[in-house]
Amino acid sequence: MYAYKEYDQLLLNERVEQFRDQTQRFFKGELSEEEFLILRLQNGLYVQRHAPLLRVAVPYGMLNSTQVRKLAHIAKTYDKGYAHISTRQNVQFNWPKMADVPDILAELASVQMHAVQTSGNCIRNTTIDQFAGVAVNEVADPRPYCEIIRQWSTFHPEFAFLPRKFKIAVSAATDEDRAAIRFNDIGLRLVENAAGEIGFNVFVGGGLGRTPIAGSLINEFLPPKHLLSYLEAVLRVYNRYGRRDNKYKARIKILVKALTPDVFRDKVAEEWKHLVNTALDLPDAEVKQMQECFPEPAYEALEDNPAALMSAKKDSSAFSIWYRQNTDNHKKSGYRIVTLSLKPISVAPGDVTTDQLIAIADMADQYSFGEVRTTHNQNVVLADVKQELLYELWEKLKSFDFATANIHTINDIICCPGGDFCALANAKSIPIAEQIQRKFDDYDYVYDIGEISLNISGCMNACSHHHIGNIGVLGVDKKGKEFYQVSLGGDSGFDAAVGKIIGPSFKEEEVANVIETIIKFYIDQRIEGETFLMTYQRIGMAPFKEKVYAKNN
Amino acid sequence: MPKIIKNREIIDDQWTTLAEPEQELETTPESTNIIVNLAYWLENKEALTARKGKVGVLLLGSDEPETFQEELKHIDLIAVDFPKFGDGRGYSISRILRERFNFTHEIRAVGDVLRDQLRFMERCGFDAYALRADKDMNEALASFASLSVEYQSDVLEKRPIYARRP
Ligand code: SF4
Repeated sequence: MYAYKEYDQLLLNERVEQFRDQTQRFFKGELSEEEFLILRLQNGLYVQRHAPLLRVAVPYGMLNSTQVRKLAHIAKTYDKGYAHISTRQNVQFNWPKMADVPDILAELASVQMHAVQTSGNCIRNTTIDQFAGVAVNEVADPRPYCEIIRQWSTFHPEFAFLPRKFKIAVSAATDEDRAAIRFNDIGLRLVENAAGEIGFNVFVGGGLGRTPIAGSLINEFLPPKHLLSYLEAVLRVYNRYGRRDNKYKARIKILVKALTPDVFRDKVAEEWKHLVNTALDLPDAEVKQMQECFPEPAYEALEDNPAALMSAKKDSSAFSIWYRQNTDNHKKSGYRIVTLSLKPISVAPGDVTTDQLIAIADMADQYSFGEVRTTHNQNVVLADVKQELLYELWEKLKSFDFATANIHTINDIICCPGGDFCALANAKSIPIAEQIQRKFDDYDYVYDIGEISLNISGCMNACSHHHIGNIGVLGVDKKGKEFYQVSLGGDSGFDAAVGKIIGPSFKEEEVANVIETIIKFYIDQRIEGETFLMTYQRIGMAPFKEKVYAKNN
Repeated sequence: MPKIIKNREIIDDQWTTLAEPEQELETTPESTNIIVNLAYWLENKEALTARKGKVGVLLLGSDEPETFQEELKHIDLIAVDFPKFGDGRGYSISRILRERFNFTHEIRAVGDVLRDQLRFMERCGFDAYALRADKDMNEALASFASLSVEYQSDVLEKRPIYARRP
């Protein structure tokens, strides 16, 4: 992965001192609450229900084992012994003291980490396909472009005070969109044209929240050379014309919708005329240099399906189920991508303890070239594991509670902190996840249900992307009581669909039963080989609705 | 005389802003340098340019330099208003004035201008800052230098980091 150059480190060290000074000025009363708010938000510091929340950036989800150990140290020293993986592949600490934050940032800077632009109305951390660089079907490794975007967007002088936050996601896989790029402010998809050249599909104006909408394609083939000039043109149009009078209408999606995607595209093209063929051009040599910052690890020449793996699969059905659910094909033969489930039952999805973090770092060193990835599904990935060592790794994963074989199942729930932690919540979300996991505790049944996504958000901010879960659950407030709205048919992939609300919302204690009814009905209705989403797309909402509300009466 | 920061120094402000030029102009000496809003400038530019003092124009975030680019050669200063610290439209306006229209006179940030944004403003082409009245200008001067590494192409440094790297 990218290793900081001297100037990257210098910038970070200076940033820590700058924030220390800002914090001191705040404590001395020289900065008002409101002034400090904007400054601390640019540094990932929120004030939440119980304590400040510090969000640490994990650029495009990549960590090395040293960084993971540092996170463990911070969790133990400054927090209550755990950290939380967010749906933007970042890491959050829920209990730091405001006065400790400059010290925490200094600790992070010592391992090339920071909290810059993890909140506030600026360009946020770029997210990515968590299998980037190791996936089987990939046009090119997207990470070098993400690093180029990271540097371009870090303290960009023109775009620090946008109308609202701004999120970019990148993906390069041909078969699957694992980064939900069409639900970002800008989604970039690397593609190859007929001439064999590489370029980007540029989608703009996707997003969730109160107005869920899939991004529109405004450029079908943007050569990498023009990546930064084009991004700058989009951001400038947004910075100037995005709404600032109403924060719920300030995201770029509202501007794109109001202008129409065609007019927006023309405005960008007009602006771009002035920016293309300037110093913003990205020379091939620079792209190449950046690619060299992401060297392939020292893979060995290995065969697929070595004897050790085959016999382990035969001898242990639990291992073989885990292998099927929690590991994926790797571009190199003899290797496998392993996903660690952070979602055993009765743990808040995405939470990891200090001991678990240390274990992840150790296992990464031993089995995966010392690298770790976080996923927007709030799990952790070891991307380069030898197949012959999978059984050994699995034994270790079990002892740290990472081996629940539930990836892509109904129990792999994406869930925000919700009412237990988040000041904005309308309702709790973690207990709902637990309720559902308890309902679906028969794993034969869980595997029979097959691939499905279930997302739970505690309010309209949709941090858990409930609109694009095949099943979405949203906490709503009805006269001071917590209710839950259920939606079906969301799809975060290439087809990018926003789920539809099934009908009136449910009481807390009804949610798991409703989900069970929906699932039972799908199993009744499905045709051989259909996933939940395919059945839903074929038969539509009406029969599901009828079933759910008939039973309730 | 009120002070401003200009080219990283604290100096006496040589300009007077006329919030209500219609009324105020009569009582303002001929030789005073004045700043008026864009609408007033567009309607009265002959009379204004005929004055002895210089004339500057105050822009709001919603004003578009593209629509009056022909006027720029007659304008001696542009002030860009920041109604709120967090309203970043002025940064783009300043870059467009400098980079697209090659405006060379003073561009001044006015309104909710605080020290923590000064360097970003400078990189976008501002060279003068009317700091919010309750803030200490001497302390603010220090903040220009708090971050020494800058990745992007901007008004002052065309080359992005990769073109500057040894
Ligand atoms: S969705 Fe709402 S409740 Fe959940 S974390 Fe986001 S803001 Fe908080």
